[in-house]
Amino acid sequence: MQKRDIGKPVFFADMLSSHHGMSTNYLTAKKGFLSWLFTVDHKRIGVMYFVSIALFFLVAGLFALLLRAELMQVRIPNATATSYMISADHYNEAFTFHGAIMVFLVIIPSVPATLGNFLLPLMIGAKDVAFPKLNLISFHLYIVGALFLVYTIAFGGLDTGWTFYTPYSTQTSTSVIAAVFGAFILGFASILTGVNFIVTVHKMRAPGMTWVRMPLFVWAIYATSVIQVLATPVVGVTLILVAIERLLGIGIFDSNLGGDPILFQNFFWFYSHPAVYIMILPGFGIISELVTTHSRKNIFGYKAVAISSIGIAVIGFFVWGHHMFTSGQSALASVFFSLLTYAVAVPTAIKVFSWVATLYKGSISFTTPMCYVFVFLFLFLIGGLTGIFLGALSTDVHLHNTYFVVAHFHYVMMGGTLIAWIGGIYHWWPKITGKKFNQTWGIISSIVVFIGFNLTFFPQFIMGSRGMPRRYYDYLPEYYSFHLLSSIGSFVLAVGLFIVLFNWLHSIFYGENESLANPWKGKSMEWTETAVVPIEHNFEKQPISTHGPYEFDELIKPIKAGGH
Amino acid sequence: MTDHSHGGEAHPKYLAHHFKSMEQQTSAGKLGMWVFMGQELLFFSGLFCAFGFVRSMYPEMVAQAQTSMDWRLGGINSIILLISSLTMSLCVRSARSNNKNATVKFLLATMACGFLFLTIKAAEWGMHFHEGYYPGKYFNPIPEAPVQDIHAHIFFGLYYVMTGMHGLHIVVGLGLMVWMLVRTLKNEFNSENYVSLENTSLFWHLVDIVWIFLYPLLYLAK
Repeated sequence: MQKRDIGKPVFFADMLSSHHGMSTNYLTAKKGFLSWLFTVDHKRIGVMYFVSIALFFLVAGLFALLLRAELMQVRIPNATATSYMISADHYNEAFTFHGAIMVFLVIIPSVPATLGNFLLPLMIGAKDVAFPKLNLISFHLYIVGALFLVYTIAFGGLDTGWTFYTPYSTQTSTSVIAAVFGAFILGFASILTGVNFIVTVHKMRAPGMTWVRMPLFVWAIYATSVIQVLATPVVGVTLILVAIERLLGIGIFDSNLGGDPILFQNFFWFYSHPAVYIMILPGFGIISELVTTHSRKNIFGYKAVAISSIGIAVIGFFVWGHHMFTSGQSALASVFFSLLTYAVAVPTAIKVFSWVATLYKGSISFTTPMCYVFVFLFLFLIGGLTGIFLGALSTDVHLHNTYFVVAHFHYVMMGGTLIAWIGGIYHWWPKITGKKFNQTWGIISSIVVFIGFNLTFFPQFIMGSRGMPRRYYDYLPEYYSFHLLSSIGSFVLAVGLFIVLFNWLHSIFYGENESLANPWKGKSMEWTETAVVPIEHNFEKQPISTHGPYEFDELIKPIKAGGH
Repeated sequence: MTDHSHGGEAHPKYLAHHFKSMEQQTSAGKLGMWVFMGQELLFFSGLFCAFGFVRSMYPEMVAQAQTSMDWRLGGINSIILLISSLTMSLCVRSARSNNKNATVKFLLATMACGFLFLTIKAAEWGMHFHEGYYPGKYFNPIPEAPVQDIHAHIFFGLYYVMTGMHGLHIVVGLGLMVWMLVRTLKNEFNSENYVSLENTSLFWHLVDIVWIFLYPLLYLAK
């Protein structure tokens, strides 16, 4: 145990310890800032990721508000690059930072690094992930990569968009090299986390924890990890090539030197399309847990939901060309990519139907996590269905690079992943912090977020379909009313998210201690211990799995020896 | 990753606290390395794709530029790496049969091969630089140089990136071996606890295999 000698900042674990005073849990087992920074405990690492990611979410969200504020200004005829509250160059940098921070620092790690880290060993009955030190290294790499991106904000800026498209990224005077280096390091952190989780799922399961007894969240994290390991290295090498292209001009992506920018796009989307499944699959996993627990019903079609995660992961590798329908790639290639894109809709739809079928005749309780499930179902449905428009060749030609695309991916990334993430954090909040949170404000936040989100992004579908191009600093006055609505919506959305933040902070500092070890009466293994907050090594003694994760009381059959 | 030492009862010295048995720890360590090699494979396959693309775009340029590759030096380097893979495997075998002296010797032999490979590779780069085949925009062949194609800088740029990335992996492998050497000298490896050494060996074989594909692609396939 470490002594509290030097003047360390008071972390919330220290405060918790004074409240509890009873048996030690993972929060109170060791004290001091350094005991967190160098911990190998997956739960503490998950909490540290959570704090960092929430911070970056706030920063990137503020960039978005800046963009929306500029776009809601009344349009000035014959405007120049400096007519509005921020200049055109700063606008480019603001949307780049919004995108790059949201994608690389928030959405990609959001669920796997926080809830995945915290829950994976608890859900399969292990003491820790397979490689605890590697897990810590991943976190440190994440911080280093994040510092590189933060550095580019302060020095030199970045205006390529999060996609680093060549040839612009090899010509702009902003700090592309620092940014791609940061993204490369973040990718490495992501790969190592993926390796760790795959091995954990294969090798660390408790006795009796067969593959079909694993919670669906574990399946989702597993499928995500496979994509992380197989797709991320390709973007890693691509980013290295971009950096070298900038430094030395080897001429592989730059058409002036004999290279081909489309090659960059192929490489980039070979990662970045599977990456959208890195983002959404863990969100699916959370929804499967929440929808069952809060409606007291076994999941409809366990195996279908589990296998569809793997299906999405596999098919997701072969659809990258749908980002390049207008790039001049061969029409035949486009047809195949379009077809395969539709194929991904099948396993995704299986999941959505399963969740809705699970709700059917379920005993639904309108708790905060459940309200977020409903928000997710509505928003993700809209996001998914508008993806069909974009996957169809003939409509994509018109919608490509318009606000329609912006609205579509915000509906799936924010309305899907981040809503599921917030719902999941609420669901496991008592397990993570040992505190109760305010249900009323939780439900209010979900309603405000829902209204604000739709108000922000639904007008973007309409203006996109009418031809408003994305990433533009100025626009024709006829789009003004849509932009105004969208900006007002973004402020409502911000209010909703601040309610979430204050609710969490209030719970940590002033919240009542949770007295129940299993407040939602969940059946998966993380709820089985008698301690409210897990002890340092998770379980008092080796847990044994005897039933599936969703066999709620009314459905449990008498357990016979050797199975159920 | 695997060298916690917890003094619990019935807990072998090298067994980390979160594993139940050495067997579980060893198989987890191995699986982790195999999965990691999957990502290495994808990493290099990006470069191989890029090379294939350049080759199909400028077949004459690539054919001409490849005349500057010395297949003999590349061949010698291939043999060196194959031998080093053998010595590395023997090193693991020695550790598993509790033969510390042999482990150290084979580890040193493997490292010597790695250094020799890097030396020859550096000499090759030096020869290219001598002809003026600098990477990218610095590409400026001397008048007597055989490769004068205006697009040859793409081939050489990619050649330097591919062999450079491979060389970087050799350097990482050597770093791992230094670490393994220290741990061997501390008597950490034996028939029960050898997975770190085995993983180093797997990594080294991967580096070897990547070279086995790089060599014909860059030197032989004209």
